Amino acid sequence: MERIPILKMGRVLLVTIQVDLQDQVALALQDDLSAQIEKTGASGVLIDISALEIVDSFVGRMLASISGIASVLDATTVVVGMQPAVAITLVELGLSLEGVRTALNVERGMAMLAADDRNQIDD
Amino acid sequence: MKQENAVFDQLLRTSPEEFINSWLADVAATGSGGTTSTNDARELFAALHAAVAADADMDRLDGAGWAKTRSVLTALSQSRAAQGASAGDTSQFILSIKKPLFDSIQKSLGGDSSKAAFDAAWTASMLVDKLAQFTATTYQRSREDVIQRQQQELLELSTPVVKLWEGVLAVPMIGTLDSSRTQLVMESLLTRIVETGSELAIIDITGVPTVDTLVAQHLLKTVTAIRLMGADCIISGIRPQIAQTIVHLGIDLQGITTKATLADALQLAMKKAGFVISRNKA
Repeated sequence: MERIPILKMGRVLLVTIQVDLQDQVALALQDDLSAQIEKTGASGVLIDISALEIVDSFVGRMLASISGIASVLDATTVVVGMQPAVAITLVELGLSLEGVRTALNVERGMAMLAADDRNQIDD
Repeated sequence: MKQENAVFDQLLRTSPEEFINSWLADVAATGSGGTTSTNDARELFAALHAAVAADADMDRLDGAGWAKTRSVLTALSQSRAAQGASAGDTSQFILSIKKPLFDSIQKSLGGDSSKAAFDAAWTASMLVDKLAQFTATTYQRSREDVIQRQQQELLELSTPVVKLWEGVLAVPMIGTLDSSRTQLVMESLLTRIVETGSELAIIDITGVPTVDTLVAQHLLKTVTAIRLMGADCIISGIRPQIAQTIVHLGIDLQGITTKATLADALQLAMKKAGFVISRNKA
């Protein structure tokens, strides 16, 4: 089974989803990611879904649960690069992903996480 | 040639010019003529005569023999529909053939054979009625096409996405918000957000006459979709009456930034983007 790579960039874990997400792959990603957050002590998770063309309710829910798991492990999740069609589909499915932060592209998502990280350290 | 066709062929052949003139005079008398009446009349007369001469079935206007006549009638009703003539005027133009037709029947039979005169008159009447009915139907269809096209244009015209500032988009909504409108706005706005990389979108609802629970739901959907993309959304142009309706209906707009006017929304957008507006003191 194919796995989605998780890259570590400083205190941020970068996940780029380049294939259509099968349910099994999504579940494996959830497992790997929570293990990696624990192992690396990352403060942020950036999920790039700009290549994702098709979503279903399962993938939508998975994004929400990854964000929930990460926040329990004290990491902020930002979902970036959602396509218009995907956004419309999620809204029509009634999944508004409350609590998940979003950004237009990876660059802005990174800036957002960096700003968060600074604020946390200042506190 | 069938007997009734022969009678009509005779009628139409005798004096076509006189026939057309008498027809046009009748059209003018009822006040339903147009500038192109003479050409229309000549063309239709020629088509009609050709069909009769070719032994077309008088009872069946949808038959092959009447194909040319039908196409002339279709062109006539379409051009009248485009010019904005009424359905009544258009069918009146066709119904006016009756008079010259009956006149020629009377002339040719001389009143000595009442049975033949009655039969011919009856067939003529039926035929003209059918022609008029066909014209009215085609006319109606052309008008409906025009209306449909205009509706489509209106839908597209009324939802432009404009760039107000670097990173700030605005959609001035005009007219009632229904599902198809919302869908269209959502799609064009989201696409433009991706294209321009804008982080802020302003939806201005000054031109939306009423906001009910359904409209509010559509707005909420759009706002959620924008947020999912990673951009922010401000709703502006909420008139006092609409604010009252929203509260009375118990619509929850919590979590959505709302501003009274587009100017206020733009000001907030500039502030969020870190711009400072200052007046140049002379």
